[in-house]
Amino acid sequence: MGKNKQMWQSLLACIVVYAVVQGLIISDIIGPFWQLNIVLVCINIILAVSLNLINGFTGQFSIGHAGFMAVGAYLGAVLTVKFQLPFIVAIAGSAAAAGFLGFMIGLPTLRLDGDYLAIATLGLGEIIRITILNIPYVGGASGFMGIPRYTTFTWVFFATVFTVFFIRNFINSTHGRACIAVRENQIAAEAMGVDTTKYKVMAFTMGAAFAGVAGALFAHYFYIAHPASFTFMKSFDILTIVVLGGLGSISGSITAAILLTFISAALAGYPEWRMIIYSLMLIVLMLYRPQGLFGNKEISLAIFGRLLGGKNHGTTKGN
Amino acid sequence: MALLKATKLSKVFGGLKAVSNFEVTIEKGELIGLIGPNGAGKTTAFNLLTGVYEPTTGEIELDGKSVVGLKPYQITQQGLARTFQNIRLFAELSVLDNVKIAYHFHVKYGIIESVFRMGRYHKEEAEIEKKAIELLEIFQLADKKDEISKNLSYGEQRRLEIARALAAQPKLLLLDEPAAGMNPQETQELMKMIQWIKEKFDLTILLIEHDMNLVMNVCERIYVLEYGSIIAEGVPEEIKNNPRVIEAYLGEEVE
Repeated sequence: MGKNKQMWQSLLACIVVYAVVQGLIISDIIGPFWQLNIVLVCINIILAVSLNLINGFTGQFSIGHAGFMAVGAYLGAVLTVKFQLPFIVAIAGSAAAAGFLGFMIGLPTLRLDGDYLAIATLGLGEIIRITILNIPYVGGASGFMGIPRYTTFTWVFFATVFTVFFIRNFINSTHGRACIAVRENQIAAEAMGVDTTKYKVMAFTMGAAFAGVAGALFAHYFYIAHPASFTFMKSFDILTIVVLGGLGSISGSITAAILLTFISAALAGYPEWRMIIYSLMLIVLMLYRPQGLFGNKEISLAIFGRLLGGKNHGTTKGN
Repeated sequence: MALLKATKLSKVFGGLKAVSNFEVTIEKGELIGLIGPNGAGKTTAFNLLTGVYEPTTGEIELDGKSVVGLKPYQITQQGLARTFQNIRLFAELSVLDNVKIAYHFHVKYGIIESVFRMGRYHKEEAEIEKKAIELLEIFQLADKKDEISKNLSYGEQRRLEIARALAAQPKLLLLDEPAAGMNPQETQELMKMIQWIKEKFDLTILLIEHDMNLVMNVCERIYVLEYGSIIAEGVPEEIKNNPRVIEAYLGEEVE
């Protein structure tokens, strides 16, 4: 498949990364603490990249991502614990449920623009959380306990790779261009024959579905799904990653997810300082680099190829 | 059969009648001008034809089919593309991507095919790329295809907007003040280009313009709009000598 050369190269690189990290985990060089952080990095990447599809690429400012994550976490837990279904089915179910909810919420709310949409999504995220809080079947305020730890590095890594490739390929197609057109100029997009409502809802649904996947992976790593894990603070954490990395840059989201997760891990001993440093970083970034670390640019293997002496004749990506 | 036929079209904003009894009939292959003093309702009329506004009353038929109540994107898909008075490019995207987006609704491959890079994806993407570059060559923008479109000069942005509208492969092209802000020489070139693309793409064109030189030289027929209604219609010579038109533009003669 010569046409997909770049994609296969990237996939190969991912497998190499996987092999190396997995090797280090097996040989106990990476201990449990860093393992946990690597899992968190991957979950954050899924969350950030999927939120970037909504906020960065389609330009619809949503801040209710934790709500969809909660739906995925709880539904995944119900499927494995109460129905004894395999993990993969639970993940798929979580994605479907969160996606469906995103679709249902997206239809009415995506008529709103800018601040209004942000407020509506913020409220919806809270509604989801409060609703879950009041369902005794899933443990109510004390959370859903006794979830088996199915999430391993392998699961979370390949879920991340799948998410990134899915969204990247989507963006680099006519459908992704339609989403970007909506962001750039909605009136012009309409005039060019793009069904703007359809693409807004589609991006929202896809983003929500991947947040559901992240939720399922999250719950099955920490043995518990608790409403307090999915407050609007969690939504802001994800948003921070997206904005820090650059709205409209997948590689930016990945880099920022890695960076922020490890910073937060390093500051784990001083939880009260964590938010201050987060906030300071954001302020400094917005002052000196308002477009985020990467702006809307991507780094790709092609660039590494050139840096390494131009062995790979990768072409720059369409976007 | 007329390509575009608007009958008794009107649009009321609150108590303001922006357009009333607007009637145009455009045959296939014509190049029609729509002129009128500032605030006469020209752009509102355009917005009615393209579905941005829904008419309060009246009927619009494109190629024999009613398009009233359709969304703008649906009307574009029926074969009507437009440019904007205040340029509306996808400012942060490359010149090439601007044009590629306009091919969107002609693309047949689905989401699954794009996500897994299979089926028709590669073939159609290559085709879009080729067509887009061909179109940019016509508009002398091919060497700037990777430029971010907001960095183009004003005249280039105007050209790109027309190129983008053509990429949607319309039957009828609506140009809203294509020469606005251009110098006389650029306007001359634009005039030639409009006539040329009309032949080349087998187009029908309706344009709004304030530059009388351009309108009188390229348009085959002209409609004159004042206070939301058509006050005159005819070939350029007739319009030039129509007393109502002169009055609309220059005011009444003093006794």
